[in-house]
Amino acid sequence: MAASTTNGFRVIGTRPIRHDGVDKVTGRAKYGADYAFPGMLHGKVLRSPHPHANIKSIKVDKALALPGVKAIVTSADLPQMPDKMEAAGEQAINLNHLSANILARGKALYDGHAIAAVAATSPHIADEALRLIEVEYEPLPPVMTVEDALKPGAPILLPSLRNKEEGPDKETNVAAHLQFKRGDVAEGFKQADYVIEREFKTAMVHQGYIEPHNAIGIYNADGHATIYCSTQGSFVVRALSAAVLGLSEGKIKVVPAEIGGGFGGKTTVYLEPLSVLLSQKTGHPVKMTMTRAEVLRATGPTSGSTIRCKMGATRDGKIVAAQCWLAYEAGGFPGSPVGAGAMTILAPYNIPNILVDAYDVVVNRPKTAAYRAPGASNAAMASETVLDEIAEKCGLDPLDIRILNGSHDGTPQTVGPPFKRIGFIETLEAIKNGEHYKSKLTGANRGRGVASGFWFNVGLQSSATVNIHTDGTVSVVIGSVDIGGTRAAQAMIAAEVLGVDINDVRPTIADTDSIGHTDVTGGSRTCFATGWAVYEAAQDCIRQLKERAAKLWEKKPEEVVFQNGVFSPTQANGVKPMSLKEMAPRLARTGGPIVGRATVNARGVGPAFATVCVDVEVDPDTGKTQILRATIAQDVGKAIHPSYVEGQMQGGMAQGIGWALNEEYFYDDRGILRNTGLLDYRMPTCLDLPALETLIVEVPTPGHPLGVRGVGEVSIVPPPAAVANAIYHAVGVRMTELPMSPPRLLKAILKKRAAGETQAAAAD
Amino acid sequence: MANKVIVETTINGDPVELLCEPRQSLLEVLRDVLELTGSKEGCLTGDCGACTVVIDGRPVCSCLMLGVEAAGKQISTVEGLASGTALHVLQQKFLEHASLQCGICTPGFLMSAKALLDHNPNPTEAEIRYALAGNLCRCTGYDKIVRAVTDAAATMAGRSRPAHGAVPAETASGMTGEMLAKGEVK
Ligand code: FES
Ligand code: FES
Repeated sequence: MAASTTNGFRVIGTRPIRHDGVDKVTGRAKYGADYAFPGMLHGKVLRSPHPHANIKSIKVDKALALPGVKAIVTSADLPQMPDKMEAAGEQAINLNHLSANILARGKALYDGHAIAAVAATSPHIADEALRLIEVEYEPLPPVMTVEDALKPGAPILLPSLRNKEEGPDKETNVAAHLQFKRGDVAEGFKQADYVIEREFKTAMVHQGYIEPHNAIGIYNADGHATIYCSTQGSFVVRALSAAVLGLSEGKIKVVPAEIGGGFGGKTTVYLEPLSVLLSQKTGHPVKMTMTRAEVLRATGPTSGSTIRCKMGATRDGKIVAAQCWLAYEAGGFPGSPVGAGAMTILAPYNIPNILVDAYDVVVNRPKTAAYRAPGASNAAMASETVLDEIAEKCGLDPLDIRILNGSHDGTPQTVGPPFKRIGFIETLEAIKNGEHYKSKLTGANRGRGVASGFWFNVGLQSSATVNIHTDGTVSVVIGSVDIGGTRAAQAMIAAEVLGVDINDVRPTIADTDSIGHTDVTGGSRTCFATGWAVYEAAQDCIRQLKERAAKLWEKKPEEVVFQNGVFSPTQANGVKPMSLKEMAPRLARTGGPIVGRATVNARGVGPAFATVCVDVEVDPDTGKTQILRATIAQDVGKAIHPSYVEGQMQGGMAQGIGWALNEEYFYDDRGILRNTGLLDYRMPTCLDLPALETLIVEVPTPGHPLGVRGVGEVSIVPPPAAVANAIYHAVGVRMTELPMSPPRLLKAILKKRAAGETQAAAAD
Repeated sequence: MANKVIVETTINGDPVELLCEPRQSLLEVLRDVLELTGSKEGCLTGDCGACTVVIDGRPVCSCLMLGVEAAGKQISTVEGLASGTALHVLQQKFLEHASLQCGICTPGFLMSAKALLDHNPNPTEAEIRYALAGNLCRCTGYDKIVRAVTDAAATMAGRSRPAHGAVPAETASGMTGEMLAKGEVK
């Protein structure tokens, strides 16, 4: 590896080949579905064909009689859970709801809701058995949109659901109402020269990871269980599976397999407890994998939403007031990311008067799960397009109006406390000074749009151990599963601190018995928090190595320094300095092996901002939008492995473009999901996207030893609004619905044309 | 119960005789019967390309073919791409360009790209994007995949490799490498 350096770092900022790379390009890496065990059975799930129905009875005798069928379970086999919240990484989860989502209890709440699970000797026999299970349903009218759910007299999904405002006696579909307030919006709007108010609708969309959910449960005669699965959080799987099954956590070991994408969608459990339950019933390992249709129908997409956004500004472009109203589809159980939507929608700007109301609404759709900066993209679609209109009214460049109003160090956040060091303005300036924005866009039906986005990032808990081997190589053991190259970054941090070559460090992701508690890979936290733990664990090694050197040299540990990868005494007096490689073989003689350890409950997270610039060309005859060029500038704090940082920026932008243009859950009027495959749930392909340009901005997070901010999420926030703004500048229509698919955009273009013709006729 | 069938085929150059049910897809046979789990399942409907293998020189979604149809065919899977411990140029370029994040799509992309380069050693970017359009990647946005395939084609043709994406500007991080090297830790 060439010895390149960035800002004096030897390893950090370089682009080494990831340690798990060879396994992943040779097909050797084991993802959850790649495991198999002797005597293994195959599990399948029966799913509700109704979006809303009472379950009157489930008869399994015929299915059980099929040769090869070993066990069938329903919610009657799971303990009834109290209505209790449990932390699960970024979210808190109600265990009663979680259990009833894994196997429906009395009521089916969406098309695809799990009703029963079968274990059989082959997946095909399990499939046949599903067809023999007899379920008597009493169909109920489905409630598919927040508007319908909020109507007086709307069918009620959860009879026990209450909210504070409506009181303890009122059945409701509103799980929560949140409000954020600053100043006086009525007074604020009075100062405004321009006020724009629009209503937006965004469709429910899925994370779209290519690997379907999977789990293998192995329940042993001694009461211990092991779960192999692809998850973003092995400790979450352990905690939630134990809770749902009524086992103690220590009885379950979770072995995280390689994971084929998650984007937030693999931070909860579906199959994991079922595989253990079926294994418990049969005494065999039970493997369960979902089909793509099951993934789309019954895992956790992110909310569709209705958002109203009103913004007022003075003639010179100063935003003086903003009022927002957000209602998000939670799915069949409470827990949409509407709170995050409310807290992010105005966060990029310093606005003296704000009022934000947010509603979490249950509807007969799958229970939503986290999706990359959950809730923020919907929100930014509203605020960032309204701001574009205001910029136009004021005659301001869209970047300049953002720089004029942009949040900086000390700006109060929506929730109150001021931002510490942030790099929002820096992202705007990076785009403004970049080649893309400076280039001229010419041609008919072409337009350029910009938009920005904010995401909190999270810290949470991580553990790391660093082992020094006798040959001077190092192993780094962590609990954060690697979803996008983070393993390499962790190894780089250890290599940097210890003064060793990156190829002398092997990172390993351990199971839940072999490493301390580590929260989910999510919230852009892995390099920030787990990286911090690795940094501290490596420093712990250095401390111990100094003690050993002191022993060898008959000095005090304070008299040993570690500089440029070499241990030496403060007073040289003839002693030969030693590198870690030279120290390593001497460990046995100086006190035994060295294991560096650290745990963190990382505080002081660095919030993330990104700004996106896109050029589009719209075909006015079909409504199809082609992305011509796309650039993202994002404040990442410090890029450990720049290639994988760019990868996160590009990947989020690609998902945001898909969300903008094509992706949507399409339910028919009976509440049945009609696009359950990847042909009809249309994610961007290679042909739909141009090269994705990245501008890494590095404004270090104060408090973090390396200034890392976290990089995984905010890139998905600006694209839908940026594309909407570009479409406006291309063809003059303001889109207020996602996705801006060809039929929807064509309709808007034709409407505008018709309005123009009427006007022209009136003028004649 | 379906009666199993004996199928004779060639996989990664080796003759193989296998036993499968007529209803099993080739993907299922590769993964569950032969334990070649490098080919991945993303959809089973021919929409994601994660299961792509090369059959008689053409990229095929192995989930759309029955195992019994493999009889007499020449099948290449990702497991056969490297020669011993020497990676194929495509594999090496995917690693150098960080073209995989989660890596679940990678075997399929490698096989589609191999089929492309075998027929067209000097593809344009448009031809690369067209050839890979049947493979979905949700992590990368394809940029680094296209760069890797472009670079692999150039390398295989003996041309010099195109410049790598720019290294980021000097960092303003509070911690510098010098500080760390000198032991001035926070
Ligand atoms: S699994 Fe064959 S194309 Fe998706
Ligand atoms: S790298 Fe994850 S799907 Fe392509």
